[in-house]
Amino acid sequence: MQESAAFTPQFAASAITGILWLIPAVPMAASGVIALLKQPRRKLAASLAIGSLSISLLLSLVAFCHVVAGWAHGAVVREVVDFTWFRFGSSAVDLGWVLDPLAAIMMLMVSFVGLLIFIYSVGYMAHDENFTRFFCFLSLFAGAMLGVVISNSLLLLFMCWEIVGLTSYLLIGFWYQKPSAAAAAKKAFITTRVGDVFFLLGIVWLFAQTGTLLFYNHGVGSLEGLALVNLLAQHAGLGLSAAGAIGLLIFAGAVGKSGQLPLHVWLPDAMEGPTPVSALIHAATMVAAGVYLVARVYPLMQIGAAPHGTTVALTVVTWVGAYTAVFAALIAVAQNDIKRILAYSTISQLGYMMAGLGLGGVAVGMFHLITHAFFKALLFMGAGSVIHGSHEEQDIRRMGGLKADMPLTFITYAIGMLALCGFPLLFSGFWSKDGILEAAQHWDISKVPFYLLVFGALLTAFYMTRQVCYVFFGHARGHGSAHESPRVMTLPLAILAFFAIALGVIGTPAWPWFRAFLENRATSFSWHGFTEPGLGLLMLLSSLVVFLGLGLGWRLYGNKSPKPEAPDALERSAPWLWVPLRDRLYVDEIYGVTVIAFYAWWARVADWLDRRIWGGIVAAVAWLFGLWARFNRFLDVNWVDGGFDKTCEEFSSGGGLLSSVEGGRVQNYLRILAAAVVALVAILLWSSRP
Amino acid sequence: MTGMTTPLAGYLLVAALLFAIGLAGALVRRNAILVLIGIELMLNAANLNLIAFWRYGPRPELLTGMMFAIFSIAVAAAEAAVGLGLVIAIHRHTNTTELDKINRLKG
Repeated sequence: MQESAAFTPQFAASAITGILWLIPAVPMAASGVIALLKQPRRKLAASLAIGSLSISLLLSLVAFCHVVAGWAHGAVVREVVDFTWFRFGSSAVDLGWVLDPLAAIMMLMVSFVGLLIFIYSVGYMAHDENFTRFFCFLSLFAGAMLGVVISNSLLLLFMCWEIVGLTSYLLIGFWYQKPSAAAAAKKAFITTRVGDVFFLLGIVWLFAQTGTLLFYNHGVGSLEGLALVNLLAQHAGLGLSAAGAIGLLIFAGAVGKSGQLPLHVWLPDAMEGPTPVSALIHAATMVAAGVYLVARVYPLMQIGAAPHGTTVALTVVTWVGAYTAVFAALIAVAQNDIKRILAYSTISQLGYMMAGLGLGGVAVGMFHLITHAFFKALLFMGAGSVIHGSHEEQDIRRMGGLKADMPLTFITYAIGMLALCGFPLLFSGFWSKDGILEAAQHWDISKVPFYLLVFGALLTAFYMTRQVCYVFFGHARGHGSAHESPRVMTLPLAILAFFAIALGVIGTPAWPWFRAFLENRATSFSWHGFTEPGLGLLMLLSSLVVFLGLGLGWRLYGNKSPKPEAPDALERSAPWLWVPLRDRLYVDEIYGVTVIAFYAWWARVADWLDRRIWGGIVAAVAWLFGLWARFNRFLDVNWVDGGFDKTCEEFSSGGGLLSSVEGGRVQNYLRILAAAVVALVAILLWSSRP
Repeated sequence: MTGMTTPLAGYLLVAALLFAIGLAGALVRRNAILVLIGIELMLNAANLNLIAFWRYGPRPELLTGMMFAIFSIAVAAAEAAVGLGLVIAIHRHTNTTELDKINRLKG
């Protein structure tokens, strides 16, 4: 809980840090190029996207190795490159990027999982006519997400954060011809915007207090010594320091992005997007950006905590996370759409991550984020494979028996499902979730989060068993026979499945490499990690809970293959529980009669004001001006025009008179000539008289 | 010179009369040819003046007035040819020599 003290910041930009900006820039540039391509250039678009992300992955790997090497030698742990964007008055807005263990791990995960999903998308979207547009958005997303990860400035992070939100909107509404997809895209955009308003407030407050938005800047960044002390000294009410209050405002942004209560409603609807999008954005990376953000500004929340103590801000994070974990898991039990179940599961797991951050610190939450990213991407891509194989069917009641038809998908899906449930010892999810449960167990304030999270684990095992039973076991209830997906889709599944198992190794109590790396401590392998007091008991309890969930699920749903129209097994035994869960605990409906109804009423009021009050004022002003204009017109017609017309007339008639002299009759000219000569002679005579 | 009974004023009077007749003809006649004839009359009135002034001038032996008149007659002949040519050209265009009807050059 006190890693900020453990950090000994050393600032020296190495070569890799200098070119770190390339990691987000390359996919963004690729996105720009793809946007300029003609629609049918599918192969080029896909290769550009995959190639650019491969470059990012390579650079991330180099950066990661650089950080690991520095850490192993006890040398550099954090390098920053800052520059001034613009100045106004005496203030300057600085941007920059940072390379530290947190960013290194996150960027490696994002580019790796992202690359696998890109490859998978080539197969999944093969028949879509807007293939190039899809890869354009996907690349832009990857670039922006990597930008969020490496940002050393809250402002730069916010900008990338918003681009990420934009691409999320674009990709949820990718099939915009479907009204439901268009509505879901809008819902996602607007709901996350609610959180972002608070986020922006937090940014402005932080800037007002510290005069900088850089996280780390050689000791004067906003997350470093002096700034934190100053922020801590100011009270913002409700027992919060300014640091805690700003942290909570930023956390509100994370609540929107990461689908925490009460802003989780957009995430299930976001499943209207193509499945690779669900895997990439709405399971593995973007929704995790909120968790990453909280981890990034963790010093703000943590400052002021006693050793092994906590702060108000972290307590709030914990409670929100714990409630979200159970709330979403409950709803997931009674959903029938394969992707919706996974969506609620994602919300629930994000709750775990938040609770992990609040309870145990950055490493606990981030470890679950990383492991979850792999197995949830795996599950979503498995679900995509299932949907693809069973002719775009998403209702799990109309699947069944796919175990035989899609063996590779089944095996990988089962691995992902067991990892998500936290099947003991073998799977990464077990270790990351146990880390959170262990932290919850030791929490001083209340034991309730611990019970909530254990209950959530039970539910997780239960609903995943239900889903797998429906989809893969029993006999086929769908239309047509299912087929296995092409190699380009199953290969990423296999790779992710490997990591869903293997990643656990770096976070076991015996070898807490991940935690030590993030907290910049030395570590070594030792079996004594398991002998900590209470740990064995906790692992036993957690295992029992998982087995209980799996067993219950199997008992209710295993190999039954009920008819699609038949009521669910749980519906038969406990309809009072089933109906509210099936209706998603009425959150959407509550929003419908409160927030949305209020907005509709407010819109009507505004409309009435607009028409009656403002409209009336505008009409009155218009009438006045009309009057004035008529007066002006009167002056114009009668005075100005009168004088002008008269002048014109005079010129015209004078011209006519003169032109009548030039009559074209030669004898008239002659007459005038003669008269003139006579006159001339007369004048001469007159003037020469004596 | 002997036998110079007629005074200068007599010639000038005749010349003035001739000029006035010519001018009147040029002004009132509608036929272009008759207008030309009027102009010729005015020219010849001028010639008469030239001769008269030479004859009654200080150096009648120098023949200057005669030369001047002969030049003037030659120029008048050329002018008459040009004038008649113009009249013919106009006649071909408009089928008339009535000056009242030739008024296309009005402003």
